[in-house]
Amino acid sequence: MPKQPNKIIKDRKIIDDSWSVVSDDVDKNDIPADGDIIFSVDFWVKNQKHLESRSNGRLGLMLESTDEINLFSDNLGLFDIISINFPAFADGRGYSVARLLRERYHFQKEIRAVGDVLRDQLFYMYRCGFNAFAIREDRCIEDALNAYNDFTVTYQAASDNLNPIYRRA
Amino acid sequence: MYIYSEHDQKILDERVAQFRGQTERWSAGDLTEDEYLPLRLQNGLYEQRHAPLLRVCAPYGNMNTQQLRKLAHIARTYDKGYCHITTRTNIQFNWPAIKEVPNILEELATVQMHAIQTSGNCIRNTTTDHFAGVALDEVEDPRPWCELVRQWSTFHPEFAYLPRKFKIAVCASTEDRSASLVHDVAIHIVKNDAGKVGFKIFVGGGLGRTPLVAAPIHEFLNQEDLLSYLEAILRVYNRYGRRDNKYKARIKILVKALTPAAFKKQVEEEWAHLKDGPIKLTAEAIAESKSYFQDPDYENLPAENEELKQKISTDRAFGNWYRINTHAHKKQGYRIVTLSMKKTAVAPGDVSDQQLEDIADLADQYGYGEVRATHDQNLVFSDVKQADLFNLWQALEKLGFATANIGMITDITCCPGGHYCALANAQSIPIAEAIQRRFDDLDYVYDLGELSLKVSGCMNACGHHHVSNIGILGVDKKGKEYYQVSIGGTTRQKSAIGRIVGPSFERTDVVDVIEKIIQTFVDNRHEGETFIQVYDRLGMMPYKERIYAKATQ
Repeated sequence: MPKQPNKIIKDRKIIDDSWSVVSDDVDKNDIPADGDIIFSVDFWVKNQKHLESRSNGRLGLMLESTDEINLFSDNLGLFDIISINFPAFADGRGYSVARLLRERYHFQKEIRAVGDVLRDQLFYMYRCGFNAFAIREDRCIEDALNAYNDFTVTYQAASDNLNPIYRRA
Repeated sequence: MYIYSEHDQKILDERVAQFRGQTERWSAGDLTEDEYLPLRLQNGLYEQRHAPLLRVCAPYGNMNTQQLRKLAHIARTYDKGYCHITTRTNIQFNWPAIKEVPNILEELATVQMHAIQTSGNCIRNTTTDHFAGVALDEVEDPRPWCELVRQWSTFHPEFAYLPRKFKIAVCASTEDRSASLVHDVAIHIVKNDAGKVGFKIFVGGGLGRTPLVAAPIHEFLNQEDLLSYLEAILRVYNRYGRRDNKYKARIKILVKALTPAAFKKQVEEEWAHLKDGPIKLTAEAIAESKSYFQDPDYENLPAENEELKQKISTDRAFGNWYRINTHAHKKQGYRIVTLSMKKTAVAPGDVSDQQLEDIADLADQYGYGEVRATHDQNLVFSDVKQADLFNLWQALEKLGFATANIGMITDITCCPGGHYCALANAQSIPIAEAIQRRFDDLDYVYDLGELSLKVSGCMNACGHHHVSNIGILGVDKKGKEYYQVSIGGTTRQKSAIGRIVGPSFERTDVVDVIEKIIQTFVDNRHEGETFIQVYDRLGMMPYKERIYAKATQ
């Protein structure tokens, strides 16, 4: 699981990240009792009862690009964030996963791109439903904000605009 | 021809600015080589053996004369005065400087041209029949559908980082002139029993290391469902195509591993969700796309032109050219003319700045200002009046584009090979030239009839050798160039992958081997049979025996 930078882009603004990552090897009894925590699908499947019983703090999922959504889709309402990991810049699976979450499962909360996330992917990620970006730490996060403006016109239906160009007014 | 809307132009201008920024950040060290690589590739910019290569897109092979003149200008200003027509109907520049590429793109954008998605692991330029819209044997013009696919696939946000490149071809005719079944997706425009026009969809064709003919997965798709179906295919591929090994990452490997039936099932489950959503094409969108591909103002001309008939019978060279390099046109009084870029000793597909301008002048004069590129690396004037043919032929003779060899053994398709390409195992251009020199007797060439010969310098198969009647592939054996020869590939009436004749040959032996194959054909053919028909009848054995016969026998 990649280390999360302290600052992220969310909804076109740079903000501090409030989420802590709980790694897979943490025992269920050592899960922090409060605070916002994020964990893998495996961890969720293994510790679902325990995690659901927490009274303080929000829950979030960290997906790998191969994770199937049906493993957790019945519980989507429990999560305040879904992070999708990009193990490499060129691994495009996460784009499909984000669109499915937004357009098929109607997940309304934060979808965050983490991992090998650079300015040059941001516009497409945004179009596919990501609204938060953990820009790789060695890169200038302020510069990445410019990517929202790369294009002002698009052709396809996607999560940012459910109508393709031929159905727009 | 499609004309850009203000939206198209805006997207293109914004792309130029984006790429300029990326190139500046790369040159300032803010983007590493590895990070810049997929960005420049999605913009057609490769590293090559000697210099970068810029691949410019000719959407489904169509260009107007303003664009040809711009290409000429770019060849002259930023390159060494020539460019190259590729086997995917694009245009390549072999010697641009990387730092100049943003300027080249800016110039191209002024004539509605670009290099978007001409390489990289994304959806590439959609290709089609170079006789589209004028052929006698088509259901309807495939270009409006190509244009709809172009817009859908351009900067598709979900499919920019696929496991591997993705190529779509659209075929609307009985004879498949676009080799559609060796594409990742082939869209065949068909008419059903009720007379309704729709699409038959094939998936998983391709060349390269694992050459395969695409399998049908949907028999009849309604017109408004084309893009939703493509989106479903791409989504399944993007999510489940292999990413661990680039040689097993094309969709054909996924389709083969799952079986076409299981792949279809996955696609159609996905499609069920998309089919009636906003991606469904509207009647207006289809009509608008079609409105760009209307016939030019054809004149009503007689079917027969006496003067032409007389010239054909009295001028032998012109007669040959007419028979071989021109084709029947849907409109009475017109012909389709193919310019042969296969003059002996000229690298197949190479064209100079001056020649591009001369071609543009001729296209303005005789061809309604439009030119098409073919996947056999030739150019086409789609609408020429019969009465103009003789004058056009004379002009093309002067330019060197009237070699009457279209579809013949010397009309060789050939990748740039070891001369330019960093991937090549072997030279390909000298092989093509040696074969052209051996078969320099035009009467003999005509007697051989329709016969395709294609050369690739490596397994990536840009020369399409697998689907050639005779295919030649450059291979590396312990640092030495060798050539593997195959027979029996074809894409026209049917699609088949050629079979390798046996152990590979040294460069000096290749032409003799080709000659033995031809002799075997000539010795065994029945009256009127083509090369591929004889091969289909006889199989490999007689060829093999002749090629590998001991010298003493």
